[in-house]
Amino acid sequence: MGSSLWGDGYHAPMAASEPLETLLRRAFPDATELVVIDRTGGGDHFQVVVTDARFDGLSLVDQHRLVYDALDGPLQDGTIHELRIKTKGAA
Amino acid sequence: MSELQDRIKTVVENEPVALFMKGTPQFIMCGNSDRALRALRDAGAPVTAVDVLVDPAIRQELSELSGWPTIPQVFIKGELVGGADIVEELAETGELEERLSSALGPEYREQAEERVVSVV
Repeated sequence: MGSSLWGDGYHAPMAASEPLETLLRRAFPDATELVVIDRTGGGDHFQVVVTDARFDGLSLVDQHRLVYDALDGPLQDGTIHELRIKTKGAA
Repeated sequence: MSELQDRIKTVVENEPVALFMKGTPQFIMCGNSDRALRALRDAGAPVTAVDVLVDPAIRQELSELSGWPTIPQVFIKGELVGGADIVEELAETGELEERLSSALGPEYREQAEERVVSVV
């Protein structure tokens, strides 16, 4: 077995929050604040903060729904075990 | 609609305040469920709790019904209020008490007993 096989994939949890940030950035390209914190360092408990004018006038439920939609992939596949969301409008 | 989803819907629609959580108020199994319950208790809400850990299908059917992917989920008079973050935020601003008061009446604290119901 080639060592590179394990070498590349296995011990590389990488910056666990990177994919989430990419997904959020894609969904909120105009966000003035976009923070992803890996709360436990385990790559599955996250706090995200998004500030975007898109949230203006939306209820908190609808604001959080937009974040959930953006993170649907990692929520469905179990990458995200726990997610804390803080959304803010620009107003 | 499945029978389970029907029973979930009945709880959501008929209980003044429904909290779908991991564990029960006596034995909480998740930090976020704990946060939501505390916020509701602080606001004096009459909480009817449903433990979703009893059967994985509950969570699945509930999310299908509400369109909300995570647990806990809080409903006041059938309306989704949100998860732990939202309930906490609303509690901090005083909006949670306002919503409870307008949905259940200003005397809502007087009927604030806590109970657990099963949907399976």
